[in-house]
Amino acid sequence: MLTKEQIAQRIAKELKDGYYVNLGIGIPTLVANYIPNGINVVLQSENGLLGIGPFPFEGEEDPDLINAGKQTITTISGSAFFDSALSFGMIRAGKVHLTVLGAMEVSDTGDIANWKIPGKMVKGMGGAMDLVASAKNIIVAMQHCSKDGQSKLLTECTLPLTGIKCVKKIVSDLAVLEVTQNDGFRLLERAPGVSVEEIKNKTQGRLVVEGTVPEMIF
Amino acid sequence: MNKTVANAEEAIKGITDNMVLGLGGFGLCGIPENCISAIVNKGIKNLTCISNNAGVDDFGIGLMLQKKQVKKMISSYVGENAEFERQLLSGELEVDLIPQGTLATRLMAAGYGMPAIYTPAGVGTEIANGKESRTFVFNGEEKEYLMEYAFEIDYSIVKAWKGDTMGNLIFKATSRNFNPLIAMAGKITIAEVEELVPAGKLDPDHIHLPGIYVHRIFQGGNYEKRIEQRTLRKKV
Repeated sequence: MLTKEQIAQRIAKELKDGYYVNLGIGIPTLVANYIPNGINVVLQSENGLLGIGPFPFEGEEDPDLINAGKQTITTISGSAFFDSALSFGMIRAGKVHLTVLGAMEVSDTGDIANWKIPGKMVKGMGGAMDLVASAKNIIVAMQHCSKDGQSKLLTECTLPLTGIKCVKKIVSDLAVLEVTQNDGFRLLERAPGVSVEEIKNKTQGRLVVEGTVPEMIF
Repeated sequence: MNKTVANAEEAIKGITDNMVLGLGGFGLCGIPENCISAIVNKGIKNLTCISNNAGVDDFGIGLMLQKKQVKKMISSYVGENAEFERQLLSGELEVDLIPQGTLATRLMAAGYGMPAIYTPAGVGTEIANGKESRTFVFNGEEKEYLMEYAFEIDYSIVKAWKGDTMGNLIFKATSRNFNPLIAMAGKITIAEVEELVPAGKLDPDHIHLPGIYVHRIFQGGNYEKRIEQRTLRKKV
């Protein structure tokens, strides 16, 4: 099983030189720590920044400079600020190459639910609905199962949806899976020490397994 | 032309019970602290507030919620506020949660004089319920879009870094966020700034929001600028 850091590390391998990337709150934010050498990416923060830098040193934090998770941040050289309409304008126009976000559930047709648990959690969708409706490439970072062992990779989401037919790839603590057009999840890689059988058992949605499935290498 | 008013109390004159307010800021970043205090002190009630967030328990719009001055919140994300959650679950407070980009663009549409916009955000979700939708072929792709209306706001209240007596505004870093959009959507717009200068002192090339959208401006004071998530890097 992968730790949260390893999920982030594996997702970082999907980054390509020249990408503009939006990282969601939680595990996706950790992806910034594992950007491969020689790959230059610009991180977008939907509250109005291209070029997120590392967290500030103590004493250097600026209350006017935060990310979408409201954390204090810094900027890289060559960064730019803008308002929220322009921020979602560039997202809607498909200028952001990759969006990484967390999910509570994903369906085998690429639907995602991550904003509301009726009766329990009603915090709002923030920018998630805009991002999933427009991003060309969406990778989800998530736990394969809930704390009580229920699969979160389903034939159909049970929670209120954030977007439909949009997720392209999932990196869970057990596996890397592609969401295919018509055939459900395709198993691409296994976490070290995790068998295909275990992934099958823990995936409620349709799962395609072809040939030998390689183990992830870190 | 001089749009300067003396202080927050004078700036909020005319705001009365049952009005629709727009408030700038993202979390606690770039919020109009002085005007919020003035509204709390004046005890104006039954307000509908359009703002990306609802503050925290004891700061920002959270202060208005504590005094039960808000009837309805229109926001994209309202976590981090226990009093908000309590009022919502008890039915004292109405809330309309809408996608952040939709919120921004509905404000922009108001300032651009357009009654509605089309966005793909929320298609296939409960947000789409009861909304008019339309399919467009755009950028080589056939896709469904929701029609979303421009906001109508009685008073917009924003915070800028610098401003001049004609209402031209410059924002700092990510405290810009929703501020220019809220500002352009108001029938009457109030700007509080950290530094107010005479007209002519700001470089016209550096103005983020032209003063035509601003009706009252004053230099605020005692900015607390509270940080919600102080996140630091360790020195190695």
